[in-house]
Amino acid sequence: MATRITVDPITRIEGHLRIDVEVDNGRVTKAWSSGQMWRGIEKILVGRDPLEAWTYTQRFCGVCTTVHAITSVRAVENALGMEVPVNAQLIRNIIQTAHAIQDHIVHFYHLSAVDWVDVVSALKADPRAAAQLAESLSDWSLNGVHEMTAVQNRLKKFVESGQLGPFATGFWGHPEMKLPPEVNLMAVAHYLQALEVQNYCNKIVAILGGKSPHIQNVAVGGVSNSISHDAPSVLNMERLMFIKGFMDKLEKFIHSVYMVDVPAVGAFYLDWTKVGGGVINYLSVPDCPQDSKGTIFDLPGGYIKGGDLSTFKPIKAHGDKYFQEGVAESSKHAWYHGDKTLHPWEGETEPNYNDFNEDGQYSWIKAPTFYGERAEVGPLANVLVSVAAGHEPAKRHLNTAINTLKSVGRLQDVPLEALNSTIGRHAARAVRCAVMMDTLKDQWHALVNNIGTGDLETFNPPTMPKGEVRGFGFHEAPRGALSHWVVIEKGKIKNYQAVVPSTWNAGPRAENGDPGPYEMSLLDTPVADPEKPLEVLRTVHSFDPCIACAIHMVDTEKREIVKVKAL
Amino acid sequence: MYTENKEILVLGLGNILMQDEGVGVRAVEALECRYIVPDCVTLMDGGTTGTELLQPMRGVKQLIVADAIHTGDANGTLVRIADEQVPAFFQTKLSNHQLGLSDLLALLSLTDEQPEHVTIVGLVPHSLENRLGLTPEAEQGVEAMVAQLVVELERLGVELVKRAQPLRGFWQQQAALERVKCA
Repeated sequence: MATRITVDPITRIEGHLRIDVEVDNGRVTKAWSSGQMWRGIEKILVGRDPLEAWTYTQRFCGVCTTVHAITSVRAVENALGMEVPVNAQLIRNIIQTAHAIQDHIVHFYHLSAVDWVDVVSALKADPRAAAQLAESLSDWSLNGVHEMTAVQNRLKKFVESGQLGPFATGFWGHPEMKLPPEVNLMAVAHYLQALEVQNYCNKIVAILGGKSPHIQNVAVGGVSNSISHDAPSVLNMERLMFIKGFMDKLEKFIHSVYMVDVPAVGAFYLDWTKVGGGVINYLSVPDCPQDSKGTIFDLPGGYIKGGDLSTFKPIKAHGDKYFQEGVAESSKHAWYHGDKTLHPWEGETEPNYNDFNEDGQYSWIKAPTFYGERAEVGPLANVLVSVAAGHEPAKRHLNTAINTLKSVGRLQDVPLEALNSTIGRHAARAVRCAVMMDTLKDQWHALVNNIGTGDLETFNPPTMPKGEVRGFGFHEAPRGALSHWVVIEKGKIKNYQAVVPSTWNAGPRAENGDPGPYEMSLLDTPVADPEKPLEVLRTVHSFDPCIACAIHMVDTEKREIVKVKAL
Repeated sequence: MYTENKEILVLGLGNILMQDEGVGVRAVEALECRYIVPDCVTLMDGGTTGTELLQPMRGVKQLIVADAIHTGDANGTLVRIADEQVPAFFQTKLSNHQLGLSDLLALLSLTDEQPEHVTIVGLVPHSLENRLGLTPEAEQGVEAMVAQLVVELERLGVELVKRAQPLRGFWQQQAALERVKCA
């Protein structure tokens, strides 16, 4: 007999992502991903000045403020046929790269680690053994026995207070928790250290973006940072060196901690390299433009079909026709009027709510397709696309991660296909983070060199055309390919659509019935205890789901969130 | 009493694109527009951000949060919650994404950097449509929230200086444009 499990919310606060699975004989046989929040934010933009769109789009989401700001100005710049000064491209690149690094570190350590790390078990660890283990894996200076003892004492005090705080979400003692106490203690120590480290990213963003949260320096046509070699109140070498100091600390943490922990934890969960593969079509967009036209990129993009790297087709430039013509959204299974699959420029957002109908409409999220196919976006897509494109840093860091996994797990070989999995997504995110660290340094050096040539330009003033123009901008955000699409008429926004990474991954079935990436990834997942569906959380969390962003309320009422029923 | 910089953080939370959800941001904006506050107080528009707020919240003595709040009380109710009443911990077992205020406070307590006192000045929202401006009822609620924020600061011994001519905040102006657009 099949058991129906509803996890609602699977994201935090107000429950915008609901996952339903049917479990039969201990395995998931059917899955539905449902966005429970009406998404009509684009309508606010209709009739507004396109030059200001970024101030609103920055508020789409609570985590990715900068990414929506940057993608929005790119969309409008594309519509206006503008070029952007190289300094502005590089400053934006540094902001977005620093943001991405922060996002990846926080996702692994603070949002998803409790799916794998049994925090309470760390209390049983021998700090000396934990330190020995950690020191055998890396040269990180905060791996010593004093640090492990201090962390354990702090944790003891915390647990004894009866207030588990951020750890209260974990499934302690769940049979699927496989880490020895010493590994758990090491992970908790790094959890606390990561809290400090992620702040450095915000500081970089704040120095260049004017403030954090909500950067203030982007503009259609460039950035509003003034550059000088020596003036004290603008962007000068002293501030750039300040940023460099944070970069050095971040680099050490990423290489000595994050890139070690993920394969080390993964080695205890090798089953999870065979669970959780999605639609295995992968889409990623190029990013970190190096020239004013947006035709040369530090990071490649493209599309891979069926997990086969030989099918790779590149996406080459801002305004790329292959990308532009491939994106569409189906609303057949979403609570909107109309069931056609529409290009974003023709996109409609007319709500038509009815009940959760598993064969009909069941989500507020539309189902995006790329040339008619479902596609996964995010770090996994990005790493596979980067490897297919021959991107050397991605290949190098992927090899490092695989070698660590082989050495800790005593494995002969790890095939690339192992990445198409729940653990693979975490590994890919760590690899992507290491690539972003290299990129951050590259962008910083490029900016310093470019300023050194005497080029201080940061802004080209836009001119608004009289008739109708269309444009789109994309950005490889922490959660994957993000695109904004704008139609401008007589200087005002006529239509605006954002096709966001979680739409790609969390969408319901498409017009032809094809399931979305979350839905595909859950099929055949073993579920040991339907009352505690940890396995479902692990796979969905590996995507870094993030659609709860638009609401942020204090809720003093506790709510029942797992419903289990037998069918 | 509070002599050093940034000992008091007044944080507005919420999404200004979702009508009354943004009431906390609008209340802090209104406070800033009407009063000159001394250096010991930082006013911040936190939006809906999560970990980005950890740094500004670290080690402040007084954290005062203005936010839309869901308590089960009638719409428009002004709520004050302080210290141990603040639900400082994760309330649900399965959810672990999107760090909320309670999660941030819990993380800070783990590193012994939590604010000494936390006060939430909340308003139960009337409507959460995708719209920039507040409902007329919540506009009144902003008045009540600002008054309460002033009470909270004065209770801490902070001297606020009323501006002779109130400023107009960015989101207040944009909300006014929205009304014109809708008309």
